Amino acid sequence: MRRILGVVAWLVGIAFFFPVAWMVFTSLHSEQAAATNPPDVTAPLTLDGYREFFGASTGASPWPYLINSATASLVSTLLVVILAMLAGYALAIRPVRRWTDALFFFLSTKMLPAVAGLLPIYLISQRIGLLDNVWLMVVLYTAMNLPIAVWMMHSFLREVPVAILEAAALDGARLPTVLRRVILPVAAPGVAATALICFIFSWNEMLFARVLTGVVAGTAPVFLTSFVTSQGLFLSKVCAAATVISVPVLAAGFAAQNKLVQGLSLGAVK
Amino acid sequence: MSTVTVSAPQTLRRNRSAPRVRAWARRGPLLPALLFTIVVTQLPFVATLVISFLDWNALYPDRRGFAGLGNYSAVLTDPALRASIGTTALLTVSVVLVSLVLGLGIALLLNRAFLGRGIVRTMLIAPFLVVPVAAALLWKHALYNPEYGLFNGILSAVGGSHAPQPDWISTMPTAAVVAALVWQWTPFMMLILLAGLQSRPPDVIEAATVDGAGPFAVFRYITLPHLRQYLELGGLLGCIYIVQNFDAVFTITSGGLGTANLPYTIYETFYQAHDYGRASAAGVVVVVASIVVATFALRVVSSLFRQEAR
Amino acid sequence: MPNLRVRSGRLAAAVLAAGCAAGVLTGCGGAGGGSAGGHSINVLMVNNPQMVDLQKLTAKHFTKQTGITVNFTVLPENDVRDKITQDFSSQAGRYDVASISNFEVPFYAKNGWLDAMDPFLAKDSGFDQHDVLPTMRQSLTGADGKVYGEPFYGESSFLMYRKDVFAAKHLTMPAKPTWQQVADLAAKADGAKPGMRGICLRGQPGWGEMIAPLTTVVNTFGGTWFTKDWQAQVDSGGFKQATQFYVDLVRRHGEAGAAQSGFTECLNGMEQGKVAMWYDATSAAGSLEGQGSPVAGKVGYVPAPVTRTDSSGWLYTWAWGIQKASRHADDAWKFVSWASSAGYEKLVGSTLGWARVPAGKRASTYANPDYQKASAAFYRATQTAITTADPANPGVQPRPTPGIQFVDIPEFTDLGTQVSQQLSGAIAGRTSVPAALRASQRLADAVAKKYR
Repeated sequence: MRRILGVVAWLVGIAFFFPVAWMVFTSLHSEQAAATNPPDVTAPLTLDGYREFFGASTGASPWPYLINSATASLVSTLLVVILAMLAGYALAIRPVRRWTDALFFFLSTKMLPAVAGLLPIYLISQRIGLLDNVWLMVVLYTAMNLPIAVWMMHSFLREVPVAILEAAALDGARLPTVLRRVILPVAAPGVAATALICFIFSWNEMLFARVLTGVVAGTAPVFLTSFVTSQGLFLSKVCAAATVISVPVLAAGFAAQNKLVQGLSLGAVK
Repeated sequence: MSTVTVSAPQTLRRNRSAPRVRAWARRGPLLPALLFTIVVTQLPFVATLVISFLDWNALYPDRRGFAGLGNYSAVLTDPALRASIGTTALLTVSVVLVSLVLGLGIALLLNRAFLGRGIVRTMLIAPFLVVPVAAALLWKHALYNPEYGLFNGILSAVGGSHAPQPDWISTMPTAAVVAALVWQWTPFMMLILLAGLQSRPPDVIEAATVDGAGPFAVFRYITLPHLRQYLELGGLLGCIYIVQNFDAVFTITSGGLGTANLPYTIYETFYQAHDYGRASAAGVVVVVASIVVATFALRVVSSLFRQEAR
Repeated sequence: MPNLRVRSGRLAAAVLAAGCAAGVLTGCGGAGGGSAGGHSINVLMVNNPQMVDLQKLTAKHFTKQTGITVNFTVLPENDVRDKITQDFSSQAGRYDVASISNFEVPFYAKNGWLDAMDPFLAKDSGFDQHDVLPTMRQSLTGADGKVYGEPFYGESSFLMYRKDVFAAKHLTMPAKPTWQQVADLAAKADGAKPGMRGICLRGQPGWGEMIAPLTTVVNTFGGTWFTKDWQAQVDSGGFKQATQFYVDLVRRHGEAGAAQSGFTECLNGMEQGKVAMWYDATSAAGSLEGQGSPVAGKVGYVPAPVTRTDSSGWLYTWAWGIQKASRHADDAWKFVSWASSAGYEKLVGSTLGWARVPAGKRASTYANPDYQKASAAFYRATQTAITTADPANPGVQPRPTPGIQFVDIPEFTDLGTQVSQQLSGAIAGRTSVPAALRASQRLADAVAKKYR
């Protein structure tokens, strides 16, 4: 019985992983071989899909897009962590009055449909000249992730023992020092989990990026969709692009599986 | 759940004789995040509200004017929008339920020791870590495609040239979107539930087993009640994200064949029909509806974080 | 929290590594941005193969000659239209040049979103506007008589069929087939080889996908979307007959997965021998006869099938439009003038092969011996189809707007897409044609009301 269940677990794991493996496998074939039915598993492997992705025939480099994605994700993550740390402090360590209301306000903004804000954000950013600017994406991704991050930081900062804080207060330490010297070391795992989640969600975002960027500030998911053409085959190119663009998230997620759970559950599961 | 352990007594932290300055010093750290959230996520809704009363289609630059409630009556009588509300509910509920059930099953499988458990877990997480657009493109083109997709490829590899070659997306569009989303979200549910399983107090189970309770009884009377909070948490978070799903619907069916959900429908009104007034009115309606639903949902969270909130 | 330190240590390393990688990326990223200093323009275009070739050749030739850097954004067809309309309607000026079609030009021009090209043409004698085919010129002229677009390539529609399959089954394709003949041939050719279906017709939702061929069938069956005085005609007469015919044909003898098949899927099906006939764009012939195509030399080309009209091919062109808000109009024109020139066609012919020339827009192309040789199988059929198309009078009754496979109003993208979603459901067997058309009639009527 025990052994059977182990085998079942393996089969389930393989079943879930198979599409990912198939994506990588397809990306290593020529367009013609990728479009055969039944699939030609013995077809020679080639890196042409990746060459296409890196602009072999068009000269269009994906690097500006990847850099934009990296900038938007990493800078917004940094901002989120700073803002959420401060807010978490005010909600968990020295709570303001009605702190639960504040906490639920943050979460409620996450439940409003983001798409309803898309049009005004487009119009406003056009007026103030922020359209197609990577810093606009930084601001939006910060706002998008802040509610989750505040919840997470709140739940992690509650773990900070009061005794340490009191000791620090007796020493006359000021807030920045307290944050840096006392709280950060205790909350470091939580900060890491928060950062991981914010990074993933910013990296993945497509709807706002599609509408609000253009020549200069396009992000990787936007670039990915440009491989779908209505004329000619594109499967291996798309799979190559999908693989490359997913690699940063896959790497970060595999490296920190436990952080993933903590982060996704708003810090409720540790 | 370890967060719900109540942390240090609040009284220690509260200084009753705090003057106003102190109160502001307390609020100080909260304000940047609060103001930022209000400015970026709430103010645009004010603009949405204003635009929703305008007759404004970008394709007719000369015809802009005040529309009164015209956009609202158009939106509320629009069968497409009504249909998309149903689609959103159907998509969300089915994806969340199916991935919770699958996630629970897989979590139970993974909660026992077997050879290569770490590898299996890593493989299982992978779908969640594929960028959503990439995942949707993968399902649409590499798996579902009736000509060269993997599913039909396997069918014809097994069944020869006369094997059935179903057109997955046209014959079962909603199921196609649901399957792709379930594939992405099951790992997420599994991770949360696995964490829940591992936090079960082992002594209780031991005691129950000693008392002669079979594995089913242990699951029914100990594991499931313990997991309730985790199931609720997974369900709530799943709902928050899947209600807003855009990438899968946009990519797999382009909103066709009755799969257009609310985000897609509003996007289409704004971005394809360029009817700014109507898109805004739809946005306002959806926001109001969301507030109603969210109030309800927040009750669930409140009970989830009950001890904490006190 | 067991093991926390270990895990967070590993995570910190991962985050740090990601940060470093990003630092490196940003460090080397300066070169990619590209809009700072010097002459540069931004071009937004559809990612069809002809455009990809253009993208490939631009830096090496255009930028080298003129010093103007061109930043391309390429998107799939549906996306590109939305993005262009968004940018042009708000005159955001993010893009100087965009690929627009003869569908957009008239109402873009009317809305004042496009720069008229006449002043540039007057100064640019090398461009030779008179070489551009008259049907193309006409379809890119605004109501005020000014030129608002220059074609990059043009196309009509025709019927392609496998000559070898027809010969083996002793079938003959008439020189000018009717739709009834085509339906009979499709029935006979169905199953001619294992897995081969009779005909490929687009069934994928989208006004630029299924609606284009379907509307040409509607035209020749005597139907129309709207009468001259804006009465919607979608669930009556010729429209209903044509749609029923189209859906029946594709359900009985059409390609597998018809409801999701567009141009690409049909092209693939034709190349892989999955269909015996295909009614679609003339530009497909370049791919079918191109290098590496398994069906090269085996395909015959005849005019678009008809029923009640004399001809029924559509007229379409991807053309360049310059945004009025552009601050680089002169540079933008230089690019348009280069990309639409006869010289560019020669450049493609000599570097990439004559089969890949973006043809269908200039008379001189069809007089070029190199091009004639490379496209011997289809160039006459293409030229005839393009020059005989009549957007002003495509059916049996007067129309409110010009246009063959579309109604030239901005709402048509939305209307066409929604109707195509209904009809795609009928092709998939989820609904019936009359039910789909009843729903479509309501949509069409709502649009028509605005114009009555």
